[in-house]
Amino acid sequence: MGNFTVTIRKKARYVDPGLCNACAECAKVCPVVTPDEYQMGLSSRRAIYIPFPQAVPSSYVLDMEHCLGNNPVACGKCAEACEKKAISFDDRDQIVTREVGTVVVAIGAEVYDPTEMDDYGYTRFENVITSMEFERLICAGGPTEGHFVRPSDQRQPKRIGFVQCVGSRNPRMGRPWCSNICCMNTVKDTLLLADHYPDTRSVVFYQDIRAFGKSFEDMFQRSKEAGVRYVRGLPGEIHEDPRTHHLIVTVENTTSGKLERHELDMVVLSVGLQPPADLRKISSLLTLSKTSDGFFMEAHPKLRPVDAPTRGVYFAGMCESPKDIKDSVCQAGAAASRAGALLNAGKVTIEAITSRIDEAACTSCGVCVRVCPFGAIQWTKGTPAVVVEAMCAGCGSCAAQCKPGAITMRHFTDEQIVAQVRATLAQRPEEKVFVFACNWCSYAGADMAGISRMQYPASNRVVRTMCSARVSEEMVLEAFRCGAPVVLVSGCHYADCHYINANRQTVKRVQSMWAKLEKAGVRPERLQLEWISAAEGQKFAKVMRQLDELRRTVTPEEIERSRKAFKPKVRRAAAEAATAAPVPGTAT
Amino acid sequence: MTTESTNGGLRVGVFVCDCGSNIAGVVDCAAVAEYAKTLPDVVCVVRNRYTCAEPGQNEIRQAIRQHHLNRVVVASCTPRQHEPTFRQCVLEAGLNPYLMEMANLREHCSWVHQADRAAATAKAMDLVASAVGKARLLQPQEEMSVQVTRTALVIGGGVTGIEAALELAESGHKVVLVEKQPSIGGIMAQLDKTYPTMDCSI
Ligand SMILES: Cc1cc2nc3c(=O)[nH]c(=O)nc-3n(C[C@H](O)[C@H](O)[C@H](O)COP(=O)(O)OP(=O)(O)OC[C@H]3O[C@@H](n4cnc5c(N)ncnc54)[C@H](O)[C@@H]3O)c2cc1C
Ligand code: SF4
Repeated sequence: MGNFTVTIRKKARYVDPGLCNACAECAKVCPVVTPDEYQMGLSSRRAIYIPFPQAVPSSYVLDMEHCLGNNPVACGKCAEACEKKAISFDDRDQIVTREVGTVVVAIGAEVYDPTEMDDYGYTRFENVITSMEFERLICAGGPTEGHFVRPSDQRQPKRIGFVQCVGSRNPRMGRPWCSNICCMNTVKDTLLLADHYPDTRSVVFYQDIRAFGKSFEDMFQRSKEAGVRYVRGLPGEIHEDPRTHHLIVTVENTTSGKLERHELDMVVLSVGLQPPADLRKISSLLTLSKTSDGFFMEAHPKLRPVDAPTRGVYFAGMCESPKDIKDSVCQAGAAASRAGALLNAGKVTIEAITSRIDEAACTSCGVCVRVCPFGAIQWTKGTPAVVVEAMCAGCGSCAAQCKPGAITMRHFTDEQIVAQVRATLAQRPEEKVFVFACNWCSYAGADMAGISRMQYPASNRVVRTMCSARVSEEMVLEAFRCGAPVVLVSGCHYADCHYINANRQTVKRVQSMWAKLEKAGVRPERLQLEWISAAEGQKFAKVMRQLDELRRTVTPEEIERSRKAFKPKVRRAAAEAATAAPVPGTAT
Repeated sequence: MTTESTNGGLRVGVFVCDCGSNIAGVVDCAAVAEYAKTLPDVVCVVRNRYTCAEPGQNEIRQAIRQHHLNRVVVASCTPRQHEPTFRQCVLEAGLNPYLMEMANLREHCSWVHQADRAAATAKAMDLVASAVGKARLLQPQEEMSVQVTRTALVIGGGVTGIEAALELAESGHKVVLVEKQPSIGGIMAQLDKTYPTMDCSI
């Protein structure tokens, strides 16, 4: 928090942007021809190229994957042609490090590739294109210089169909979300066509038209007034007439209930957006979470919409959810202002929930050093371990694993948590499912169930720890000693742990406890382990229902057995006696 | 449950929030408040209509002063939302912010057990008992403060990243913008005209 060290790979461009004046002489002599990504592969570029004329930096770049190189196949023609001597084949990726105080994540989204939706024939029929390809075909800077022609015969199409929600709002494909921009993008496209080519006839196949933003409805009405037909219903399949390359679209018009057959010259698939490819990587670097649709999850959906759960990290734009330019710019401003406020403050406080080691009690075994995911514990054999507070994130893995009990998690001490277990199970424990939930995921998942008013049985009792790895064997055993029929330890999904990989300790510990329970003649399934993310309110509710069923199967005899099977540690009793004398607060 | 010895030094105050009808509509808050009075070291129980609102916070601050409270339990909503609010509140009354504990009667109780008033009330009582149990062992804590490096990192150079970077720079901050492609611009750079204004994207 407040200080991040960033390692950045500065990729080799092989062209010095300070020298290059974008004269294009190099590309003229380059013998390599490869599809141009910027033009969606609708035209080609050379191995040395400028991504697009207005690119920033305004400089050519050499694509080494396609370059023939100047060694051993001595090509090097571009370098010869460059008067500025801006090209160097010896350029290499550089690793640079920067110290920063705050991070704004704006890694955008990925445009859906409809190849898998074979029914629409995107890969089989040339005249089926995506809305992204449409952008390039209608653009004056595009491969056809803005002459809108269809790929099969380079003729201007007259009858154009748009299919909405391609790769969106489709739960069967695991893509239930609305991509937000595609309805208005299609409305825009039909207006552009009506403007450039008044003789074209457009028809849009849709489920709902989402024209909710400022002045959107007006655009939608204009499109209809321009003669665009809107047909409610998505086609099941698209066929091609192999002779003419016209496309046949059969669709059930759900407004009229009639089956319609449309012959079209061209079909545009209005493709949706999906989470960015690097989301997982960035997530694990900055310990961020994602919502069920896979985009980044904010600290609070209404009140902290651009804050990541990790303090000092903000996000904006499409990586949070699909959105248009205006909304992206609004969020960018919000994130910049949040980040700026932190930079202006100049100082931040760290929540006082870090680990403390009692030197006298430490036996110098070194276990804590091995389990700390942050490397925050310094230790040399034979001397007591020491916590570097600024590096400690407060997960509590070390405290839960410390056999001699020398580690205290401030504000989440063993004694405090055990006191919660006891207080909760003081009366009629047999009716209760005892739940340990981690702050970031499972506790938040239970909050989500609440926010969504998902109903489940009232038998569970939740105690919050920062991480599931904080839950020690003693805490679980104490719940059984107090008569709990079922105990759940719940945390973040394996790869989403907010403390790098602390929840691996959780798994190890629970597994060893299962063995222990079994040995003591206690049904191991009475201790459960579940991963529930902050977005999974539904899962939390479901698990609570299941565990309520499970606790009903636990007999009084079984409870009696687990009450007695595990002897309390003497040390714990002593420690408690010591803390029973409270330090009174600082009330004035 | 009061087998543990009460200690003269501890003075716990419990504040039970109705949250309008959000909690009180399901949970019998009066019964929860009555129950709270029976918990060890609890010297003062107050019911609030909205604890987080200014009048509610005032009641906490007043009670701290009047009853010399040295531990506070707020039985309201999720600490993930209002823990900072109530920490600040007790701080204003001179209490270390870490001497406050919350019980989540809303997200974890009233909102998810709407059809079972009795069970929800019993659960609410347990949640309060749990929070009081923890509160009795809370210790004052001092937060460490760290310097913030005065540079921002922006990852991604689409329209969003560009805007964020410019805005940070305009307000006088150093910014590092990282883009993985050879040029900044993102998807917008590939668009022709853009809605709703129908003007060029670049
Ligand atoms: C077909 C189509 C038409 C559209 N038409 C319109 C329109 O008419 N009007 C409108 O308002 N909106 C429109 N949009 C939406 C618009 O494109 C988005 O609002 C805008 O692009 C969002 O910008 P962004 O910066 O959040 O994301 P992006 O544009 O996706 O930019 C993200 C950037 O981050 C970079 N990046 C990704 N990962 C990393 C990493 N690990 N490290 C460094 N950099 C990384 C990417 O290379 C990219 O440059 C359209 C979108 C599509 C797909
Ligand atoms: S914006 Fe329109 S086309 Fe896109 S997913 Fe939502 S409803 Fe479908």
